[in-house]
Amino acid sequence: MATEFVARGSDLELVGIRKEFPGFTAIENLDLHIPAGEFFALLGPSGCGKTTTLRLVAGLEAPTAGKLLIGGKDVTSTKPHERPVNTVFQSYALFPHMSVLENVAFGLRQRKVEDPLKKATEALELVQLAHLAQRRPQQLSGGQQQRVALARALVNRPSLLLLDEPLGALDLKLRREMQIELKAIQMEVGLTFLHVTHDQEEAMDMADTVAVMNKGRIEQMGAPEALYDRPHTVFVAKFLGQSNLFIGDIVESSASSLSINVAGNKISVPKDRAEKHEGKIAIGVRPEKADLHQSKPAVSSNDNLIGPGEVLDIRFTGVSNQFLVEIPGIGQVTVFEQNEGNSTVALGDQVYVTWQVAHSFGLADLPDSVEE
Amino acid sequence: MAFAAFSSGSKTDYKAPRKQSVIVAMSLLLPGMVYLALFFITPLMSLVVTSLEVPDASGEIGRYQYGFEIANYWTVIETYWPHIIRSFTYALVATILSLLISYPLAYFIGIRARKWPLIQKLALALVIAPFFISFLLRTFAWKQLFSNESWIVTTLQEWHILAPDQYLVGTDFMVIFGLTYNFIPFMTLPLYTSLERLDLRLLEAGSDLYATPAKVFRKVTLPITMPGIISGTLMTFIPIAGDYINASRDFLGSSDTQMIGNVVESNFLRINDYPAASALSVLLMAAILALVVFYVRRSGTEDLL
Repeated sequence: MATEFVARGSDLELVGIRKEFPGFTAIENLDLHIPAGEFFALLGPSGCGKTTTLRLVAGLEAPTAGKLLIGGKDVTSTKPHERPVNTVFQSYALFPHMSVLENVAFGLRQRKVEDPLKKATEALELVQLAHLAQRRPQQLSGGQQQRVALARALVNRPSLLLLDEPLGALDLKLRREMQIELKAIQMEVGLTFLHVTHDQEEAMDMADTVAVMNKGRIEQMGAPEALYDRPHTVFVAKFLGQSNLFIGDIVESSASSLSINVAGNKISVPKDRAEKHEGKIAIGVRPEKADLHQSKPAVSSNDNLIGPGEVLDIRFTGVSNQFLVEIPGIGQVTVFEQNEGNSTVALGDQVYVTWQVAHSFGLADLPDSVEE
Repeated sequence: MAFAAFSSGSKTDYKAPRKQSVIVAMSLLLPGMVYLALFFITPLMSLVVTSLEVPDASGEIGRYQYGFEIANYWTVIETYWPHIIRSFTYALVATILSLLISYPLAYFIGIRARKWPLIQKLALALVIAPFFISFLLRTFAWKQLFSNESWIVTTLQEWHILAPDQYLVGTDFMVIFGLTYNFIPFMTLPLYTSLERLDLRLLEAGSDLYATPAKVFRKVTLPITMPGIISGTLMTFIPIAGDYINASRDFLGSSDTQMIGNVVESNFLRINDYPAASALSVLLMAAILALVVFYVRRSGTEDLL
């Protein structure tokens, strides 16, 4: 049966999923495979289709086309209550007419699991709320409600746990605590987690695999480190962290690298880090990979050098200094420097920016503002 | 800044506004208190006093003098207990029927029609629309529709649902039908209010937690909308128990369907037995009050409100 009590998570497979609402298409054509026991994050801005994807998996929406498999079983046409899936809702959706304990025991009672109250109490202990078991959800704080919602889902040991921006309503400190707690619980129980969020830090911090979603499609998927190090599209480069992008026609192509020329500055990218090898290309670099120089440095062919430009703005964030440099013909470039207490760069200074060619990445597409 | 000003303000300037607020509160309460004293307490006292009066020494019909005749109560209970029981039975059946009809209706308007606000508003207007026609007229119209020569009755007789000498007007069925019909809006509106506020995400959470749609309804929708059910049933049961139009001979009833209201009416206006009519009224009021208190306690709604 779909509702059997599973000890470990199951894998989830979406095959050619399409979801249309009257007037718009929320998901175009989604293929996704989440291996069992993985912490998987769907990351994207609001309206990108990530919550719809989650609701499709939970069975709260039916796909227009495509198939959905949980643990190898086709569940496309099953109802939500028949799926071995539980959700931690964004709004928590705790039942206001029941005690915290009864909320947690709800799923167990529906499946006629033996000793529901004992298991519910254990689940509350896991989230450290056993002492509030008799309270009503309305009497708890946001963070506590969130943990009750988590316990209510976890206690059923679902094959797949869905998290719909469950930390969205919490303040920063509580959020950090809950992130750590969630990750620890996932490791402990070994369930498959599908986490939907628009918070890129949260996704990178917690997930084994992150899929960046945009306009109903998955733009790129991979380990957080890989996604950050080598974004494939402009959207990923901008949504996941910050990026400086330089756009130009490829003017030089050697065996190992490509170069473009932007206003007299030669910018190179290794061929194996570029998504396309001809025509106009956007080459990017992360702000913390770039360095500032107050005089023109001597660079080898392993480095990119642009400038000089004027320092327009310096933002002090504690850990780092963030410089905004205006380079004629290129535009504004952001550079982060670790705050080691020895920065002498001041507003209005003329500076050069360098970075290793190996840190460049070449994107498959161009920003919307640039013509092909 | 704003918070600091707010919190310190409420502490240091504590006394002055409070004194003022007592005066304001009292003067705001005054009109209501006067109204209650004039139009509720006074008639109630007069009713209780009348219910204990004895016939005038002159023996003239319709003249009574002050007494303390508690036996009046025993007399009316003895004489009219079938009417009392009938009133509460009718009220119970009609309330249950209106609940069964109104809940799906309110569910449709409050939940299903949320996607189409225009249909929602239209449906709500249709629930209230009958109020624009006097309910005497509407009840009379039903009498015409179900009268002995009407096509409804003749058709039912042809189909052998009714015997050839059986009619509808004047039966228990007809009175309960009229009561249910007339009080459905009073049931639908409170139900609608509580269903309209129901967070549908709770229903999704229920189905996500393995509850079938029927279980979700029983375990989530029904308990959360219980305040609406309680107020709806009270708003129908109480007036129905005291109603006298539907059961009256002039409308849908007959001498076999008389309710307490009809008895009170005839005692007051036809037989001029004011003490009996008053005693019945007091009894009706006390019985309803006791039932309501018991009902609200049992259903445990104070918890939800």
